[in-house]
Amino acid sequence: MSRIDINKTYKLFIGGAFPRSESGRVYEVKGSDKKFLANPALASRKDLRDAVVAAKSAQAGWAGATAFNRGQILYRIAEIMQGRSEQFVEEISALEGVTSKVAKLQIEEAIDTWVWYSGWCDKLSSIAGSQNQVSGPFYNFTTPESLGVVAIFAESKPSLLGAVRTLAPVLAGGNSTVLIASEAYPLPAITLGEVLATSDIPAGVVNILTGKTSELYPWVGSHMEIDGVDVAGLSKKQEEELRLVGADNLKRIARFSAINHPERILSFMEQKTIWHPIGI
Amino acid sequence: MSEFDYASAPESKAIANIASNYGLFIGGKFVEPKQGKSFNTFNPATEELLSKIGYADKTDIDAAVKSARLAYTRVWSKMPAKERGKYLYRIARIMQERAREFAVVETLDNGKPIRESRDTDIPLAAAHFFYHAGWADKLEYAGFGNKPKPLGVVGQIIPWNFPLLMLAWKIAPALAAGNTVVLKPAETTPLTALLFAQVCQQAGVPEGVVNIVTGDGVTGAALVNHTDVNKIAFTGSTDVGKAIARSISATKKTATLELGGKAANLVFEDAAIDEAVEGIVNGIFFNQGHVCCAGSRLIVQENVADEILEKLKKRMSLIRVGDPMDKNTDLGAINSKEQLNKIHEISNSGDAEGANRWSPELKLPSKGYWYPPTIFTGVSQSHRIAREEIFGPVLSVLTFRTPGEAIEKANNSMYGLSAGIWSDKGAKILWAARQLKAGVIWSNTFNKFDPASPFGGYKESGWGREGGRHGLAGYLASEAKVSK
Amino acid sequence: MIIDGSETSLRKFLSDLPPVDQVGAEARAGMLATRSIKTTSKAWAIDMAISMVDLTTLEGADTPGKVKSLCAKAVRPDPNDLTVPSVGAICVYNDMVKIARTELDAIGGESIPVAAVATAFPSGRASLAVKKLDTQDAIDAGANEIDMVIDRGAFLSGQLYQVFEEIQVIKQICGDKAHLKVILDTGELVTYDNVRKASYLAMLAGADFIKTSTGKVAPAATAPVVLVMLEAVRDYFTLTGKKIGVKPAGGIRTTKDAIKQLVLVKETAGDQWLTPDLFRIGASALLNDLLMQRMKLRTGHYASANYVTVD
Repeated sequence: MSRIDINKTYKLFIGGAFPRSESGRVYEVKGSDKKFLANPALASRKDLRDAVVAAKSAQAGWAGATAFNRGQILYRIAEIMQGRSEQFVEEISALEGVTSKVAKLQIEEAIDTWVWYSGWCDKLSSIAGSQNQVSGPFYNFTTPESLGVVAIFAESKPSLLGAVRTLAPVLAGGNSTVLIASEAYPLPAITLGEVLATSDIPAGVVNILTGKTSELYPWVGSHMEIDGVDVAGLSKKQEEELRLVGADNLKRIARFSAINHPERILSFMEQKTIWHPIGI
Repeated sequence: MSEFDYASAPESKAIANIASNYGLFIGGKFVEPKQGKSFNTFNPATEELLSKIGYADKTDIDAAVKSARLAYTRVWSKMPAKERGKYLYRIARIMQERAREFAVVETLDNGKPIRESRDTDIPLAAAHFFYHAGWADKLEYAGFGNKPKPLGVVGQIIPWNFPLLMLAWKIAPALAAGNTVVLKPAETTPLTALLFAQVCQQAGVPEGVVNIVTGDGVTGAALVNHTDVNKIAFTGSTDVGKAIARSISATKKTATLELGGKAANLVFEDAAIDEAVEGIVNGIFFNQGHVCCAGSRLIVQENVADEILEKLKKRMSLIRVGDPMDKNTDLGAINSKEQLNKIHEISNSGDAEGANRWSPELKLPSKGYWYPPTIFTGVSQSHRIAREEIFGPVLSVLTFRTPGEAIEKANNSMYGLSAGIWSDKGAKILWAARQLKAGVIWSNTFNKFDPASPFGGYKESGWGREGGRHGLAGYLASEAKVSK
Repeated sequence: MIIDGSETSLRKFLSDLPPVDQVGAEARAGMLATRSIKTTSKAWAIDMAISMVDLTTLEGADTPGKVKSLCAKAVRPDPNDLTVPSVGAICVYNDMVKIARTELDAIGGESIPVAAVATAFPSGRASLAVKKLDTQDAIDAGANEIDMVIDRGAFLSGQLYQVFEEIQVIKQICGDKAHLKVILDTGELVTYDNVRKASYLAMLAGADFIKTSTGKVAPAATAPVVLVMLEAVRDYFTLTGKKIGVKPAGGIRTTKDAIKQLVLVKETAGDQWLTPDLFRIGASALLNDLLMQRMKLRTGHYASANYVTVD
């Protein structure tokens, strides 16, 4: 008799821990072959609230780490993902119905994406900052800083890459995040959470929710502690609605066309200009 | 021996040729509003009528946007960037030539002291055109891609506190980047924008590149909601800014918003005290406190608070309040009755909530709208006067014991436009500057502006930056983002 | 007493003084320079400025004849218009003191003080013994005011107490016979922090006036330097209740310059300092410009230099 596999319970990732939804709800995720794959948690608005609390409390520490240190940690994520390739291959193949070769390519690209953004951390202010020549005896410079808590609606497909593409730039800029995984393809995002939990990224900097996008996006839009949103995984209509309610605290909301681009980082950063007199 | 009271030294009004009425500036010409409606603009220092101004409604906005679109597609987007820049240089030069006239008209319409319009507003406005003129043919080096593209037609709405300067902040970068504009000045201060329209005519700016439409909030809303406008640039209140964000949420329009503030001005024990006192005065009483980035919350270290307050009160007693046209006036008129009422309303809440009000003894003119320089001590974070933007010459004073507490209080606001730091210790300044959640940090200075220096807020103080290389981004199409 | 006279207490006091931000101080002085003083205020200011002038000649080529004609000018700046006030003082080297005093007394200028520069003016480079003799000599010759220089070398090398003691010694010689003005020579002190520190040091040591410059070093009485010194006397008054005078000297040549000085006084130390007892302007050419501007105000047309005397 062949051995019975131990299947993983896919849970949420909040504040460095893997809780179930406070609501106790799960939903069924099927593979491309329509067969049952898993019952991930169906996050509620209260889970979102908890995730934002975790993100908020972790943000200052993450933003306050040196850019070099953040770059090291993003690179570390790439290293750990490399070692976990196999599990991602299985999940991606099952969900997306692609060959393991195609799945592997996606994982490699995701790993390379971490490496690419890792290298940006300590170069951003050189590229996006400036020393401004004002007319007067003042030293004046502008430098990018983190925005705060950024919510991400990850793209559906490619499932892993879609999450990494949106997540890595937000982290590179020193933000903490609540990533809402693709409703249909959530499993690699949760496994990504497991990778993050064993990397050196501080607890709470990344929080991952699975569940119904349609249920969560209005709460994301109206949450006053969320400063920015990447709406990659939302429909146009949902985006418009989120923009409408997001105006209440003037959220920075963006959808990107360019795959890897520093603007993905900078769109979730603020520019701070500092003046100081020059004298004796 | 008699006292050394400065005799009145009024600037001559003769230089200001204010017409009895103005039309809208559309397609390079002054035209009558289609409905023939108008409104009045007054001198807030005397309540005298200055001029009748054309009121633009939806159909006028439509005509202005059409003219801007036509100018964009047929002329402005096809013109070599170098030539575009030359028009901006011309504008800058003519503004300098006519600087005194602009200053006088600005002071008459706005109520700000002639010294400020003469020494700050007008020179800075001209400088903004000079600065951006030079960008026009260098955009590919600005870091927004090799072939940065303009957005098209930009709708711009500006406030009454720095009428011409805000116009320059808006129009100069928009034109330099290759856009055409429809600009709506504030209802109470339309005159220098209309004078600027004449400058455009003198400079030979192609018809329709700059359109000036005058009116009120309804006019502004028509501009925001016009379907052929690609971008909205707004400076004004946070409430209106949010309303604009909502209005454009289901459109392809982008926006830059420069909104309200409640800046903390932190004074540490090791500050250069006399210069800090000057900085506090300049921070809150410059332009009657009608400044979005005004240092309206003084947060001072407890062990120097008494000394600072004593010096501040002495210094406030020297502030010369009165006729804005007098060259020695430091604090002019409040821009409108409506604004004066608002200042009264919020300040009165300070009394009601138990804060202690102090103003120097002075006599305010009997006509016009006036408010004395005022400080409130004994203010706590929960008081309305510590949270809401007053937009007047009213300072709330709070204290702190440790640097950490200073930052905590400073950041405890929905706004994040600007902040001040006063300390002689470099490391402490950089530490505080990093902690403060604000887009502009003035250390050992306050209320300094420059075309090369990006300006704009964190949090609910706005979207985007104006000025400097960063300000160009708001007028160029993004390489990486989907325009909704 | 705000210090107990010991070196330790002096050092502590001076090191606790708040710093001066150069850019901020210059911006404040620059803003005050934009004050527009017209009509009646200008007339008041011109007469006040004339009465504050320390009419000065400090040249190697000074002669009794030169000093005497200066005295005549001091008493009656405009011989054709006796409503013009006399100047604040005559300021000369100490070998000219007796000549000046005698002349003034002879021509109706008994109330005009004679100020003598002392303590090895302008460099201050002499032994203390010589400086004491120099001072005593001036007082013996009838000087009513002593304009001493501080030892800038000692100040800049950190010998603050030595500078302090030297002023105290000179003050003692002055006693109640002469007012003591202490020249900081701010052009050699260079920074505003030093100007503030030296101002307090001089006041603590007993100065009746603090004076910017010898007139031999540029820059001299710049507006921000005077601003910093006026802040010092204002704050010293708050601390001690004692009013110390300020004397800018050097570089003030026009009526406009002089009025800017009065504006600085009014808006820094306050109206109570607007008196020759507490503010003087060390100058020579300035007086004629003040006189010409006065004529312009009275007659309505621009004056000619031919109508003012060239002494």
